[in-house]
Amino acid sequence: MVESVIERITRGHFWDFHGGIHPPEQKMLTASKPIKQLALPKQLIIPLQQHIGREGDLLVKIGDKVLKGQALTLSTNPMVVPIHAPTSGTISAIQMSVIAHPSGLSQLCVFLDVDGADTWRKKTVCADIEQLSNSEIIEKIADAGIAGMGGAGFPTHIKVNSKPDINFLIINGAECEPYITADDLLMMEQSNAIVDGIKILDKLLTPAFILIAIEDNKPKAIKALQQASAAIEKIKVCVVPTKYPAGGEKQLIQILTGQEVPSGRLPIHTGIVMQNIATCFAINDAVRHDIPLIRRVVTVTGQALNKPQNVWALLGTPINFLLQQCAVQAIENEQQPVIMGGPMMGFSVSSELVPIVKTSNCILVPSKTEMPSAFEKESKEVECIRCGQCSDVCPSQLLPQELQWSAKAKDYPQLEKLNLSDCIDCGACAYVCPSQIPLVHYYRIAKAEIRQQQQLDLKAEKAKTRFEARKLRLEKEKTARQEKQKKAAAARKAAMNKATPEATDAKSAVAAALARVKAKKAAKSQSSTAEAQNNLAQSNELATEATNPIDEQKTQVAAAIARAKAKRILKQEAANKPISSNEPVKQTVTELLEVSQPPSNDDKKVKIAAAIAKAKAKKLSKAADAVQSVYRPESTEAEKTVTLTDKKAKIAAAVAKAKAKKKTKEARNLAGTVKNNDQDSG
Amino acid sequence: MAFWIASSPHNHNQTKTPNLMRLVIYATLPGILAQWYFFGWGNLIHIGIAMITALVCEFTVLSLRKKPIAHELLDGSALLTALLLGICLPALAPWWISVIGTIFAIVIVKQLYGGLGHNPFNPAMAGYVMLLVSFPLQMTLWQPPLSLVAVDLNFTNTLTTILTGFTVEGYSVEQVRNTLDGITMATPLDTLKTNINQGLTVLESLNNPVFGDNFALGWEWINAGFLLGGLFLIFKKAIAWQTPVSFLISLFICSFIGYSMSPDSSASTMFHWFSGATMLGAFFILTDPVTGATSTKGRIIVGLLAGLLVYLIRTAGGYPDGIAFAILLCNMSAPLIDQYTRPRTYGHLKGDK
Repeated sequence: MVESVIERITRGHFWDFHGGIHPPEQKMLTASKPIKQLALPKQLIIPLQQHIGREGDLLVKIGDKVLKGQALTLSTNPMVVPIHAPTSGTISAIQMSVIAHPSGLSQLCVFLDVDGADTWRKKTVCADIEQLSNSEIIEKIADAGIAGMGGAGFPTHIKVNSKPDINFLIINGAECEPYITADDLLMMEQSNAIVDGIKILDKLLTPAFILIAIEDNKPKAIKALQQASAAIEKIKVCVVPTKYPAGGEKQLIQILTGQEVPSGRLPIHTGIVMQNIATCFAINDAVRHDIPLIRRVVTVTGQALNKPQNVWALLGTPINFLLQQCAVQAIENEQQPVIMGGPMMGFSVSSELVPIVKTSNCILVPSKTEMPSAFEKESKEVECIRCGQCSDVCPSQLLPQELQWSAKAKDYPQLEKLNLSDCIDCGACAYVCPSQIPLVHYYRIAKAEIRQQQQLDLKAEKAKTRFEARKLRLEKEKTARQEKQKKAAAARKAAMNKATPEATDAKSAVAAALARVKAKKAAKSQSSTAEAQNNLAQSNELATEATNPIDEQKTQVAAAIARAKAKRILKQEAANKPISSNEPVKQTVTELLEVSQPPSNDDKKVKIAAAIAKAKAKKLSKAADAVQSVYRPESTEAEKTVTLTDKKAKIAAAVAKAKAKKKTKEARNLAGTVKNNDQDSG
Repeated sequence: MAFWIASSPHNHNQTKTPNLMRLVIYATLPGILAQWYFFGWGNLIHIGIAMITALVCEFTVLSLRKKPIAHELLDGSALLTALLLGICLPALAPWWISVIGTIFAIVIVKQLYGGLGHNPFNPAMAGYVMLLVSFPLQMTLWQPPLSLVAVDLNFTNTLTTILTGFTVEGYSVEQVRNTLDGITMATPLDTLKTNINQGLTVLESLNNPVFGDNFALGWEWINAGFLLGGLFLIFKKAIAWQTPVSFLISLFICSFIGYSMSPDSSASTMFHWFSGATMLGAFFILTDPVTGATSTKGRIIVGLLAGLLVYLIRTAGGYPDGIAFAILLCNMSAPLIDQYTRPRTYGHLKGDK
């Protein structure tokens, strides 16, 4: 299959991709002008992150003097690409500044005051790359901070460190966006360096074939690269028809190989790696000459400039410096758009201080006659008439008109069904739309919302699993507790069945109750007889006997009530504890102060209860003594009981007292800490 | 200094829907000229009445809906609807026919469904069918070609006929429709249908002067005019070629099958192509993007379906021409057809949508 692809390519036959448009190219504004070296700007603003991935760790601080090429950040992670000082100078500030991003948001940037000397750090030029191992080369690429310079900014060292068999290494020189000529000029002027860079990639990836794709509107670049690569049989320069967006990764792969990259996968999965022309040049610089990525070719163009041209711009150069160098016509009205990138996929920048970064290939300043739609304040959007021109030009073969309706209706499931995620934001649909609907804008919003929804879903999913885990844990704890309670109950039962004093207490109480019932019955049936009187006396005595255990029970109950009260106070305090915000705290304090009173009350109560219990116990013992003298046989038992009860009541009272004291102490401590907190937060 | 912020793409090819509508209106000119040449002023007067009505309706509804009037009133869509309706009406139909038809088309079929881009049915055709069903007598007031008419149908005469039912000289519509031989004329399609039903062969009925030298006197040139305009639209990429081509092929195949099975009772393929509203329907009405299918395959299917339906209605149905009914039926099926003819997205396997 690979062979037949190559046969086709050598015959100059290519596949076509669906749709595509031919917007006015406007490349002649800058195509014939050599890349100009600019004077050094006064200050550079270097964003810490200029690629897909994460920021590196800062290596410099304010006031440091840095040399040209010196690393400013350190890579600690494969997705981190370091940045370097584009020239020598002093770090004047490290602060947030507007970056080159459609959002117009700020990011941490290093401000470098240029000293003008342009002094290099020590460079170690590598004469023969054959002596370097692959991992050494990849390390050099990573250290040089190279990220894809075509637009996405994916870290290059990851892309060239791929394991699977590579059929095609495609070098993308299509540059299909109108106006931009940066790659075109680079190919014309630096074809040998580019081919040297490609050779390094060849060494790393060992692809079966290397295809350099250039659109047929760049004859000089085609010629230059054909000459430079003539000696290498593996390299084929492919002249592809000019059509936007032929330079899109997926589209170029389809043009050259007829293959489609499956949705949601990367070209590497089909054995294809694509690199940009400017990236190849940067790789050569980094590996052979030890020059990190500190400059790039930028096309500064548009009819609002008197001198549109291609320039070598140091990374971090603010846009206003470039505009001055290219003699921008006075921008009087606020409506002048300045676009970073091309007219189709570029974004308008919000500030003149936005710096050039690794992915900036063009600064476009159109005039109003040249690009009226860029100046329109209000959208001229009218209703979609389903003419279908958008789906005719869509390179992904989507149905933009249906996507648009679903995007407006926020019907996200339908958008996913219509494969919104396969949209490459090329803007062809919006370019041709006769109803002037800003289709790409709608898709961007929908994509962002879908992404957000997915994140929320993920969060909800996590919360759900967390909740379920908690439920499970609580369930487990509950069953464990029940198990424990069951065991305890069983133990209690066993204890009751044994001949312990407590058990006998309970038994005697039951017996007394039975006796009372019997006595009542007897009194009723034999009220008039003398025998009855006798019986009554007996029953009365029995009843008094019975009151003994009842009293004992009462004291126990009182002690229990005291304990319960103390517990409740503890609970209330615990409930009051977690409140930490300002106002509730004050409230809590007052509450706590109130609460701290009752413990003393309770204390008193407990004492009283204890005293009562004691008194009762004394009485009981007296009564018991009296009983003892009358009924001998039972008295021994009663005596035993009474002494026991007395002891128990005392113990209970003492325990209650101690507990109540502890509570009051705790409550006071708590009140104190809460007060402190209040002061702190106040 | 802050710059102007906008969303990409920043460039636009500067095409506009109103321009598209205007282009379609211009493309009807050859057909209208032919109509004027063979049938006089009747349709032009109806077009004028319909256009004025359409603008008044649009204005009223847009102001009721609080829509930007200046923006939408002159987008050309209402004028195009009125134009198409005016072309289709019988030339001598009374004035209120075009007024009612246009009101129905604009207010009910177009605006009540949400205005431009939201109407499920082609407004002109829905209006026409409503008139056909509601006012069958007035909708058969076809005028014979000028060469066969006894009365001198100049502009004033036509206008008074349309407004009052009588010419300046006092001839009634019925009298005007009588030919030199005193026969009341109908359209060629109607005549053929009646004759075949009466047991005449096609060849025998072709003796009727209404068929002229070729297929249908006057009508063939009108159809040729619309074909020309349609080709111009395809050349300008204002309409998709798939719909008219598949429609004409479908009608050709159907009529060819019918003709080869029984040549005596079936009209020829070219008669079907060049009589009635075939070309107008193929290039100007079926191609209405709002009510048609959007995918390439869908457009082809809609065209094939419409061709079949037109043939069936013309031969087996109760009405002489079936374009309007066929188009409304296709409008109904278009969303379903679209649903099942979605193209395969880049990077997706067939069927994995």
